[in-house]
Amino acid sequence: MSNLSDLSVRQALKLLQNGDISSVEVTQSYLDRIQTVEPQIKAFITLTPELAIAQAKSADQLRKNNPLEDLPALLGLPIAVKDVLALQNVRCTCGSRILENFIPPYTATTVQRLLDAGVVILGKTNTDEFAMGSSTENSAYQTTHNPWNQAHVPGGSSGGSAAAVSAGMAPIALGSDTGGSVRQPASFCGITGLKPTYGRVSRFGLIAYGSSLDSVGIFSRSAKDLAVIFEQIAGRDPKDATSMDIPVPGIHLNSNTDLTGVRIGVPKEYFITGIQTDVEKNVRTAIQHFESLGAQIVEISLPHTEYALPVYYLIATAEASANLARFDGVRYGYSAEETSLWERFKHSRGRGFGSEVKRRIMLGTYALSAGYYDAYYGQAQKVRTLIKRDFEQAFEHVDAIATPVAPTTAFKIGEHTNDPLAMYLEDIFTLPTNLAGVPGLAFPVGFDHQGLPVGMQLMGPHFKEETLLKLVHAYQLSTQWHKSMPDL
Amino acid sequence: MQLTIQEVEHIAELAKLDLSDEEKEQYREQLSSILAYAAMLQNVDTGDIPPTASVLPERSVLREDVVQEPLSPETVLQNAPHQKEQQFKVPIVMENGQ
Repeated sequence: MSNLSDLSVRQALKLLQNGDISSVEVTQSYLDRIQTVEPQIKAFITLTPELAIAQAKSADQLRKNNPLEDLPALLGLPIAVKDVLALQNVRCTCGSRILENFIPPYTATTVQRLLDAGVVILGKTNTDEFAMGSSTENSAYQTTHNPWNQAHVPGGSSGGSAAAVSAGMAPIALGSDTGGSVRQPASFCGITGLKPTYGRVSRFGLIAYGSSLDSVGIFSRSAKDLAVIFEQIAGRDPKDATSMDIPVPGIHLNSNTDLTGVRIGVPKEYFITGIQTDVEKNVRTAIQHFESLGAQIVEISLPHTEYALPVYYLIATAEASANLARFDGVRYGYSAEETSLWERFKHSRGRGFGSEVKRRIMLGTYALSAGYYDAYYGQAQKVRTLIKRDFEQAFEHVDAIATPVAPTTAFKIGEHTNDPLAMYLEDIFTLPTNLAGVPGLAFPVGFDHQGLPVGMQLMGPHFKEETLLKLVHAYQLSTQWHKSMPDL
Repeated sequence: MQLTIQEVEHIAELAKLDLSDEEKEQYREQLSSILAYAAMLQNVDTGDIPPTASVLPERSVLREDVVQEPLSPETVLQNAPHQKEQQFKVPIVMENGQ
C-alpha cells in the first residue's frame, strides 16, 4: 500500500475499520508525503508530527480495545486545520506577526468536534493574514505555491488548506470563508470546497474577521468526503450564539445520478466581460452535463450582483476594524516597547499588522466614521438587503444556482500584489453568497489551456447544503475531473 | 474621491495605527481608488429598504445561568506580554494624579 495519501476519506476509514491499516500507518504516510512535497508547496505554518503520531497511537489503542460500534466516526483519520482556528496549546498565528507567539488556551468547536470524532491533526495551514486576501500572499510567514503550477498562487485566503489537500498532504482540511476564502482556493487547486450556510457551523474559536459573513468551511477531493465531515461539524453550539438550532440531516449520497426534477438557475450577471474564455467554456460544459443528467437549466437574474463587491468591502472591513481593535498588545500578541499607553497601542498595531490588514482596518474605520457612516456603511447594509432578496426570489424558482467560482484560473504569484482592487475583483462571484448567508460548493470541472484547474460553484437556499452535495456527487459519479491530481 | 493626507492621518488616529509617511501616501492613493469604486452604491435607490446587519432571523439567545469552571488565572495570562501579580500590566493611563 504505497499510496495511502491518494485514498478518499471513505476508503481510508474503511481500511481503518477493517484493520487493514493502522492510524499510525496512515498518519505516517501523510507525514512522509508532507516531508517530500512541503518544501515546494509551503502549505503549513506549523506542523504537528509528534501530536499527530500520539493521536494516531491513541486511536489505534481505542480501536483495539473497543467494538466497532462504540468507536467514533472518523477514528484515526488525519486532517489539516487552517491557522485561524484555535487548537489548545498549539500556536495559532492567523498568518500574522502580531500573533507569532500566541498559544490558544482553548480549542475551536469545529476542531473539537472532529477531535471527538477521532481525527489526527497534521498541522496548521497557511493563510492570508487574518484571512484577508485572495492568494495567500498576504501571509506574514510564506507564500504557498499552487500544486498544479508552482509559479501560481493557490488562491486564498485558505490557500494552505487547499494546497495541502490538492498536493495529497491531507485528505481533509478545515478553512474559513468570509468572501470566498474556501471556494476560490478550492477552485484554483482543483479540489472540492464547501462554505456552509451562515449559522450552520459554529465559529467559536475561529479568530474573527467579518462577523456577519464568516463561516467555517471544508476542503476535500469530493462531495462525498465533504459530507462525512460536514455531518460532524454542523449544528448548534452553545458557545456561538449565531449557530442555529436547526437539525442537521444525515446526508445519504447514493449511486443515483438521475437529476430529473431538479432546477438549476444560471444567472446572466455571472457570465460577464472579463471572465476568462477557458473558465466560461468549462463551466458551460459542466452545466450541460447537469442537463444531460436530467436537471432543468433555467436562465435567471440576480440583478444586484454588480454591487456585491463594494458592499462586501465596506461591510467586511467595517466589521474587521471593530474585531481587530482587540489587538492592542495588552492581553496577547506583539507588544511594542513604547512606554506611553497610546503610543504602545499604535506601534503594536502599526508594526504587528501587515499591509493588507492595515489597509482594511483603515477602509473599515473610514466607512464607520462620523460623517461617512450613512453614505458608506449604512448604504452598503441596505444594498446587502437587495442582494439577499435577489437570492430569495431566485430560490422560489430553482433548487440551486450555477456559476463560475472566479473569473480566472490561478494567477501568477505577484501579479496582483500592487493593485488591491484587481485582487478584490477575483472574489466577485463568491462574495454574494456570504452577503446573503447561503451555502456555496466549489468543485473542479476542467482545466484551462495552461493546465490549471477551473472550478464551478453551486449555491443553494439557506440550510440546503444537502442539495448541493447531492448535485455535485451526481456530477462527480459521472465525471473524472475531481480525480485529477497534480504531478509532484 | 481623493483623500488628503490629513484625512488618512485622522483615520489612522481613530484606528490607532502608527503609519510611516510612505504608508500614508500609499493608503491615500489606494483608499481613494477603492472609495471611488464604492461610490457606485450611491446610485442605488434604497429609499424604503431596511439595512441587513445579520442574515439570521432576529432572536434572543439565552442560556441557563449556571456557574462553570473558569480558565485559571495562569491560563488567562499565559499570552500576556506584560503581567504583574496575576494581572495584565499596562503603562500609566492617567498621569499627574488626574
